[in-house]
Amino acid sequence: MAIFDEELMRLKEMILKMGAMVESSIKDSVKALVERNDGMAKTVIEKDHQINALDVQIDEECIRLIALMQPKAGDLRFITTAMKITTDLERMGDMAVNIAGRALELNKEPILKPYIDIPHMSQISQGMTRDALDALVNRDKKLAMDVIMRDDEVDDLKYGIFEELISYMVRDPNTVSRAMKISFVAQYLERIADHATNIAEMVIYLVEGKIIRHMALPEE
Amino acid sequence: MSNNLKSESRKLNFFYGNVHALKNVSMPIELNKVTALIGPSGCGKTTYLRCFNRMHDLYPHNRYEGEIILYPDNINIISSGIDPIEVRMRISMVFQKPNPFPKSIYENVAYGLRVRGVNNRKILAEKVEKSLRGAALWDEIKDRLDKPAFDLSGGQQQRLCIARALATDPEILLFDEPTSALDPIATSKIEELIIELKKKVTILIVTHNMQQAARISDWTGFMMLGELIEFDRTDKIFTAPSEKLTEDYITGRFG
Amino acid sequence: MEDIKKRIRITKFLDYIFAIVGLLSTLVGLVLLFTLFIDLFIDGAPRLSYKFMASFPSRFPEEAGILSAWVGTFLVMLVTAFAAIPLGIAAGIYLEEYAKKNWLTNIIEINISNLAGVPSIVYGLLALGLFVYFFKFGESILTGGLTLALLILPMVIIATREAIRAIPNSIREASYALGATKWQTVQWHIIPYSTGGILTGIIIGLSRAIGETAPIITVGALTFIAFLPSSPITSEFPFMSFKWLSDPFTVMPIQMFNWVSRPQAGFHVNAAAAGIILLLMTLLMNGFAIYIRYKFRKRIKW
Repeated sequence: MAIFDEELMRLKEMILKMGAMVESSIKDSVKALVERNDGMAKTVIEKDHQINALDVQIDEECIRLIALMQPKAGDLRFITTAMKITTDLERMGDMAVNIAGRALELNKEPILKPYIDIPHMSQISQGMTRDALDALVNRDKKLAMDVIMRDDEVDDLKYGIFEELISYMVRDPNTVSRAMKISFVAQYLERIADHATNIAEMVIYLVEGKIIRHMALPEE
Repeated sequence: MSNNLKSESRKLNFFYGNVHALKNVSMPIELNKVTALIGPSGCGKTTYLRCFNRMHDLYPHNRYEGEIILYPDNINIISSGIDPIEVRMRISMVFQKPNPFPKSIYENVAYGLRVRGVNNRKILAEKVEKSLRGAALWDEIKDRLDKPAFDLSGGQQQRLCIARALATDPEILLFDEPTSALDPIATSKIEELIIELKKKVTILIVTHNMQQAARISDWTGFMMLGELIEFDRTDKIFTAPSEKLTEDYITGRFG
Repeated sequence: MEDIKKRIRITKFLDYIFAIVGLLSTLVGLVLLFTLFIDLFIDGAPRLSYKFMASFPSRFPEEAGILSAWVGTFLVMLVTAFAAIPLGIAAGIYLEEYAKKNWLTNIIEINISNLAGVPSIVYGLLALGLFVYFFKFGESILTGGLTLALLILPMVIIATREAIRAIPNSIREASYALGATKWQTVQWHIIPYSTGGILTGIIIGLSRAIGETAPIITVGALTFIAFLPSSPITSEFPFMSFKWLSDPFTVMPIQMFNWVSRPQAGFHVNAAAAGIILLLMTLLMNGFAIYIRYKFRKRIKW
């Protein structure tokens, strides 16, 4: 019925808006680190409550739609998926806040080494977030699978960073504090990519009607 | 809502002979919105609805107490000083089982106007078309207006009855379980129609299908044994009702 | 499984037996009726002719005709119809739509049903006292017509009520809900939709009245008249006359009875011939009633 379609459209817009906010938080938090910009880090931390507010709003809207519209089949899967996805997005926002926090700390100390891989990880993670949400809205299974594949790349980058940082720490104990904080940032970025992967897996559930979480990806 | 009311009942009581069927029902009806009444069989929702167009006056031994106020005139439409016919000229009803007259489609819609003495062919034709368009039926039957109404399908007949009720520009449109005799597709068409109609007419609908009330109404009243148990915005009633009875009914624990 | 099969065989056999019994019963009735018709036809056919229809009764069987009889029947039926139809329909509508349903209307309803079963001679006696003597209408067509009107009035009222009751209440509610008054509802819905049933009732009432003898004799129809009542249509203004209402008359059943009571065999033939005519008139009226019911039922299916 027409009015239900309008409400679903609104729900999609809210999810995309939340996704855009999360994406920009990730970008800005890493930027704050790389460009040593405290103001930007503080903004990321402040803006997080807006992301949380959207999370609550979307959840309430989903409950309302379930109660009033008795959605079935694809509509029902979409709405229940939306509720779970916002949890992932909200945690991604929290990760960005954590990165911003580390940035604020690292900016007080001299730079350890030029950041190359961290921005690279950030870029991939942002791309995965954006694509996962596009896949959701367009019910694009291929795109979702593509997102899932990229997770390995992020994992590899993280381990690469860890190894490099360990070598720094072994050589010079004074670097341990900074190296640890940088490794945390890498960890946060890897978690962000994991969340984006979750979102992509849920998109596949939405499209196929089968839950594939916690399974190995089928050979395609 | 208080300054945007079309009508409200105040301590409405109703008696079928000695049976006390409605007990102190006070309920507001917001202008240009859909108000739904739900509740188990025999709870009095249809009795309540039929007070609004004085249908009870047609049968003996019925008695009203209390008031139903119509705005903006501020008159009590169930007072004995008001002629039921005047009330029915302002408040129309659509019944549970489609009941078109065994006449042509055109004559069905025109009847309400003829009753008011409108005989001018041009005016009648215009109003008939306008009403049939308003009921989302015009395109389907515009080239067979003189065919018998009984030839239409159940869903079309019900939309014809809606057109017939709309022809007289009612201020309130009463629906008594309008889709309970129809198949799901016809039901869906009429629900969409009601959502569209509320922009122009205030609507009060009784339904035993609470999902329907959830889908299309703005306000919902839950009744049981002649009493109004709870009345609130529809999304509140269906997500977090205040009364346990309401919650039990909605979750299907009884009724 | 075998038990079930046996049971089915037995039930089917009983079915078959019952069908045979039903068929035989029907046939008995039909065959008897048919025999009567054939017999009547054989007896009366020789006398059927234009001359028969256009002649007055006479002492000679071959000269005798039914002119005065069928003209009398026709005029009496006219009065009956004019009296019974409006009264019956109005009473039926009032009792169904207007009267409050209480003990009084219940008594009225029971009495009307009883009146339909009162022997027709009783109506004759009533009419004798009321119309002939009290109102001083005399032994005239008017009296005869009114008597028969009284006779079939209950039938018309009952037929009207049944036809009105067949109208579902949802239609009435729909009409009232649109702001119609009671009279508007009666005028635009009740009367048009019950017309089929009412007409059927009227025709059946009339076709019964056409064959009534006892009440007509009681109010003084003549058994031998060689003249016609005055013509209703005159050659001068106002081109209509009511004198015929007060003229003496006879009707077909009486003429038949008169002939059958005579010893000469020729008159018996006449009686049979008149019987054929009367039968044809009745069948025609009933056929018409069935046709009307069919036409109306096609239009209105509840």
